[in-house]
Amino acid sequence: MTTDTEPVLAEDPITGEEIELPADVEVGEIIDSPVTGTELEVISLDPVTLEEAPELEEDWGE
Amino acid sequence: MRIGILYSRIRRDEKLLLEELRDRDHEIEKIDVRKQRFGLESTTANVADLDIVVDRCLSTSRSLYATKFLDSYGVPVVNSPETGDVCADKAKNSLALAEADVPTPATEVAFTKEAAMEAIESFGYPCVLKPVVGSWGRLMAKIDTRSAAEAILEHKETLGHYEHKVFYVQEFVDKPGRDIRVVAVDGEPIAAMTRSSDHWLTNAAKGGTTAEFDLDDRALELVERASDAVGGGMLGVDLMEVGGEYTVHEVNHTVEFKALTEASEVDVPARVVDWLETKAEAFAADADGEGDPDADEVVA
Repeated sequence: MTTDTEPVLAEDPITGEEIELPADVEVGEIIDSPVTGTELEVISLDPVTLEEAPELEEDWGE
Repeated sequence: MRIGILYSRIRRDEKLLLEELRDRDHEIEKIDVRKQRFGLESTTANVADLDIVVDRCLSTSRSLYATKFLDSYGVPVVNSPETGDVCADKAKNSLALAEADVPTPATEVAFTKEAAMEAIESFGYPCVLKPVVGSWGRLMAKIDTRSAAEAILEHKETLGHYEHKVFYVQEFVDKPGRDIRVVAVDGEPIAAMTRSSDHWLTNAAKGGTTAEFDLDDRALELVERASDAVGGGMLGVDLMEVGGEYTVHEVNHTVEFKALTEASEVDVPARVVDWLETKAEAFAADADGEGDPDADEVVA
């Protein structure tokens, strides 16, 4: 988790555009890309890197 | 405390949980199960000296194996692999509820489409066909006619994973446009909500609208009994109202609570962490030989 209260900037892995993430973003968290709506997974912090999130699988749920 | 969290995806639910744990200054070990290996005697995951591990795996298969391995190493884990095993499979779930005399919808399992058709015809129309493993209302079918049943069974038999050839057929419960989700810890409700929809599936994941719900004495009793039936833990117990009574159709073992947090006045993550702290203390006491954390559940 980042401790800064300022939004975090990261590169959208699909479009290459810079996108803004919440300040308290977590590794493993899923972010909807504000550019394409694609689900992106936070892979690391410092620097924040994103990858396209895995597709939903049949055994996912509660 | 040192608290581990098994995960592969941080949803809003996990984030709420992590925020509450950090607010209480617990040391957190996030364990992304996708990056770990689990051997017969040890794992690459850093589980040493954890007071408790909470399973928040989104994937049922990963949840079941990861908790089983951790349990075998003697790592305190909730929910237990035994609870997960019962809850993850709708057939086992239904059997456990029925064995505990908890009202639950009439259900039959069949292994061929011919036998499944006989089950469907015996229930009459409409009835419901569900995958034995699955969630969020996915691949559930309300069957209104024989021709629809034939088509769905054919598709499942031809296209499905082998689990889709375990045909789980259930009576259709004509609920009043809503069902009830209760999040409970070892049978004690934290909060409850209704999930309403014009659609026959009322899951919040399917877009059902939610509202806080006050449990009456009968519902409280059934939640406790349903929890006991599956081995206890942090659970999502789903009830439907039918003819002045309730029927428990499902108990979920990696329960989501973000919708309940929004619908309820209760601070759900805080209550969950209260419970985790209590469980961790009980595990520690058990390890010190001061007693079995589940001793009060043992019937002599």
